Order: sequence, then C-alpha cells, then structure tokens
Amino acid sequence: MELFLEQLVNGLTVGSVYSLVALGYTMVYGVMRLINFAHGELFMLGSYFGFTLLVSTNIGALGAGWGLIVIVLMAAGAMALLGILVERVAYAPLRESGRLAPVVSALGVSIFLQNAAMLIWGSRYRAYPVWAALDRRWQVGGVHITLMQVIILGVSIVLMLLLYFIIQRTTLGAAIRATAIDQDTARLMGIDVNAIIRFIFIIGPALGAVAGVMVGLYYRQIHFTMGWTYSLKAFTAAIMGGIGNIPGAMVGGMLLGILEMLGAGYISAAWKDVFVFIILIALLILRPTGLLGERVAEKV
Amino acid sequence: MTAGKGRLAMEGVSDAKEFPRRGLIYGALLLVLLIFPFKAGPYWTDVATFFGIYVLLGLSLNIIVGEVGLFNMGHAAFYALGAYTTAILNTVCGIPTIWLLPVSGIVAGGFGYILTRPIIHLRGDYLLIVTIGLNEILRITLINDPWGLTGGPNGVLGIKRMRLGSLVISRPIHFYFFVLIISILAIFVLLRLQRSRIGRAWNYIREDEVAAEAMGIDVRSMKLLAFVLGAGLAGIAGSIYATKMMIISPESFTFWESVVLFTIVILGGMGSIPGVIVGSAVMMILPELLRNFMQYRMLFFGAAMVVMMVFRPQGLWPSKRWQLEMGRETEE
Repeated sequence: MELFLEQLVNGLTVGSVYSLVALGYTMVYGVMRLINFAHGELFMLGSYFGFTLLVSTNIGALGAGWGLIVIVLMAAGAMALLGILVERVAYAPLRESGRLAPVVSALGVSIFLQNAAMLIWGSRYRAYPVWAALDRRWQVGGVHITLMQVIILGVSIVLMLLLYFIIQRTTLGAAIRATAIDQDTARLMGIDVNAIIRFIFIIGPALGAVAGVMVGLYYRQIHFTMGWTYSLKAFTAAIMGGIGNIPGAMVGGMLLGILEMLGAGYISAAWKDVFVFIILIALLILRPTGLLGERVAEKV
Repeated sequence: MTAGKGRLAMEGVSDAKEFPRRGLIYGALLLVLLIFPFKAGPYWTDVATFFGIYVLLGLSLNIIVGEVGLFNMGHAAFYALGAYTTAILNTVCGIPTIWLLPVSGIVAGGFGYILTRPIIHLRGDYLLIVTIGLNEILRITLINDPWGLTGGPNGVLGIKRMRLGSLVISRPIHFYFFVLIISILAIFVLLRLQRSRIGRAWNYIREDEVAAEAMGIDVRSMKLLAFVLGAGLAGIAGSIYATKMMIISPESFTFWESVVLFTIVILGGMGSIPGVIVGSAVMMILPELLRNFMQYRMLFFGAAMVVMMVFRPQGLWPSKRWQLEMGRETEE
C-alpha cells in the first residue's frame, strides 16, 4: 500500500509535467493537424534557460517564492518568443503544402534545436543548483512528499484550469475552437487564423518551458536529449486523451504518469518506457479516438 | 481520366525514344562503379559500401513511405531485426552467415507482417507515432536483453564473415561488389514492381485511399505487402551490415537512424528510386564533407531539412508519376 501511494505521488508529479507538454502538442495538432516534433525541444530549452538564469544571475536571492515565479516567467517568455520564431520560419511557409512537409520540417527544427543546445551547454548532464528553500519534505502516513512535488502539481493544475477557462469561456477560446473544427469556415467568419496559430505557438511553448524548469528543479539533472523522451510521452498522453482535446491531454498526462510509475514500481524500472508505448499501441488499436474522444472530426 | 491515360502513354513513348541515350548513361555509370574501388582506395571503398547499405535501406523504406504513403518512422527496427537475426543465429547456432542473408530478410519481413497487421488501419500521424513506439520497444528490449541473446547494451560480437565457395567476403572491395550486386538486383526488381499492377495500386492508395478501395483495390493487403517487402529488404541490409561490422549494438538502431532513413526518402522525392540514391548520397557525402565542422554537422542538417521543405518539397529527384500527378492537380 505504501509503495502504491508513493508511486501514485510520483506518478502525479511526472504526469502533470506530461500534461503541460501534451497541451502544446494537442493544441497545435487540433488547429494545424501537425505533430510538432520541435515542441519537446522547446521544453528542453526552457529547462536549460532556467538553469542558466539560476546559475548566472542572482534571482535565487529573491527567495523561493518570487525567485521561482521570475525564473518560470522568464523561461516561459523566452520560449514563447522562440515558439513564434519557429512557427514563422519552419511552418508558416508550409501552410498549403500537405501534411508531410510540415512534419519533416518539424523534425528538422527538432534536430537543429537539440544540437544547438548541445553546442551551447555541452553534451554532458548539467545539474540544477540546490535551492535550499525548496528542499523540504514531509511524511504523510508513511509517504514522502517533497515541496517540489506539491509545487509541480499545484502550478500545473492552476495553469491547466486557466487554459481551460480561456478556451471554453472567452471569445479568443471560441475562435481557437472554431479554427480547430474548420480553418476555412473560421476564416470566412472573420477569424484571423494566422493570429490564432501564433497564439497557440505562444501558449504551448510557454507551458512547456514552465514544465521544463520544474523538471530541472525536481530531478536536478538535465540533458539535451531529454526533450525527445518527454515529448514522446507527452504525445502519448495527448493521444490517450484524444488528440485535439484539451481536457483530454490533461487527464491523459496524469494517467500516463501514474501508469508509468506503477509499472516502474511493481514490475521493473528498466521496462517503464516500454509500458508507455505498449499502452499507446493498445490504445490506438482498441480505442483510436482516445479515452475522452477526439475533438477533431477527420475529413475523409 | 483520359487525359491521365494519355499522359501515362506518353511517358511510355518518351521512354522508348530516350532508350539508346539512357542506355549509354547507365552503361557509363556502371563502368564508373566497376572501376571505382580499384582507383579509390580502401577508405572510400568502405564509404561507398555504407552508401550502398543506405541505398538498400532507403529503397526498402521508399516502398512503404514513398510508394504507399505510409508514414513509417521506425524503420530502423526492421534493420535491427535483420542484423540481430544474423548475429544471433550465427554466434549461437553457428549457421553460416551467407545462409542467414535470406533468412534475415524473411524474419524481418515476417515481423513486419506480425507487427504492422494490427496497426495497418491507422491514419498517417498515428501510424507515425506507433512506428516510433515499435522502434523504441525493440531498442529497449535489445538493451534489457530478457532472453540473454542480444548481449544488452554491448551487443553481439564475433559475427563471422560471409563465405561464397572459397571466397570469404572480408576486404572492402569484396563488400563493395557484394553490396553493388544486391543493390542493382533490388533496384531492378523494384523498378519492375513500380510498373506492375501492384506498384500502380500502391500509388493509387497514396493519392486517394477511398477511391482506390472503391476501384476494387484491397487496400489492407496492399499496405501489408508494402510493409512486408520493405521490412524484408531492410532485414537483408541489416544482415549485410552485421557481417561487415562483425559487431552490432542497439546504438546503431535508434530513432535517429529511422529519422535519417525517412529523410533519405523525403529528400530524394517520394516514390522515386533515383531519388533514394541521390538522397542517400546527400546524407552520406554531406557528413564527409563537413568533417571539419563535425560539431555543426547536425545543426546544418536540421536547418537543411527545413529549407528543403520550404523551397523544394517534392524532393531532389521527384518521380515522374508523382510530377505528372502534381502537375495535373495545379492545372485544375
């Protein structure tokens, strides 16, 4: 039972990271029908950016609360800018050219960014500095809970609720939903589809950067290839929830995190990535529209 | 429809007219290929051999991605299956590697059938992500080594060279000609296949799956056939790779290997056999040329992929049929 609860907490923590990254995937896919392979790299770069801020500036002196907020916001802002740039250079010219070209372009961006990170920060693991104020842990009924776990879960839930509110309750959200259903009709209704796409490429990378910084603070170690590992899992989470479906990505991420950690705890840690992919494949065979149903109606 | 028919007929006519000139070009090319290893020295002969292996892999993936339009981003899995089949059966059971060449092809093809049968109905992007998943599952399995056969992260070593009668294929020049013969054979078969009923059915599925189904093409079987043939040829390439290197490890069969193969097909032009050769050449020669800028190689490579898609999405050497189809679309 203790192992179960322990793994549940771990699963929720890593699951909320998957959810945040998955949101970027699912929004881009919903609007553009594109697997944005570069998204994972933006998550990774966000993590490195936060690392540089922590190491080379004095932000840590602001105290845990404000320091964290400033770092997260700066990383999110930087990645949002990079996100727009990527969209502008690699995807915008390909708007009319079928589905294959943008996927290859996305892979190209992914390779580019990954190697850029390697050249800038080196190919070895980099360690986030220990931040004493955040290094707190409690024991609740035999289960260890760290402050960082609480922060990750809390921040993720707040951000996701905020996003859900924007998508469901505001005019902007309605425009995003309309664009996801049918771009041409949305354009005829006076929606600036390009602006919507740019907005998606601000929100997605920003959320990814937040997740990146928190992963750095939680696991302490970051590596230039981690974008790809997380992005595959986040994508799996997005498919689990039904791709294009925003609440689906949130639920899918949590579920995937929990399943992965339970698998790691009860069966074998060396095989945990295999569980993820087996779940993904089984899901696609048995219920290809995801657990909550796909939002996007696919035209034949 | 009639316009399309006329065009295809014209394609045939122009082929016949160009034949003597083309024959000359191919003859000259073959001559160059035959003389090359004697002039170039062992280093470049080896480079050419690996180029040949990549051509084989590119051709095998081209069947799946290029001809049928199925996004397979896990092709390194089949390559690995071929290489490991040869490695394990040779080192554990002592079967001569020359017999294992076809066996590896059959095993990889068989796995191609078993693995893709349940997922063949998936749409483009979903298929892409599942094939990545299969690639990763296989790679992790090879590393974790559950049955004590794959040697874990270190891989399998001590694979014997192939023996043809009294000749042991061991020197760079042997491998060069071995790969050359197999590549030419593969290209010949694939060209015939392209022009056959099956090739046309594949292209039809690529362009419009629903219409193809309506015209009586068994879409499911055709897709499976493409996967089995593609996986089989990749398995053969894997077998050659294993005997060339004598040691294989999971590192050679990662997701990035699949990305490189996918890029070869896209770079050359989907469904174009000369395109695959050009694509492999670019992927092989570019790194050699950029050797001095080793660190920036992949950076440049990623940027090149983006630039390519923006300015020349049809590939460096697009197939004729594809060009005609694209041309027709823009006329309308």
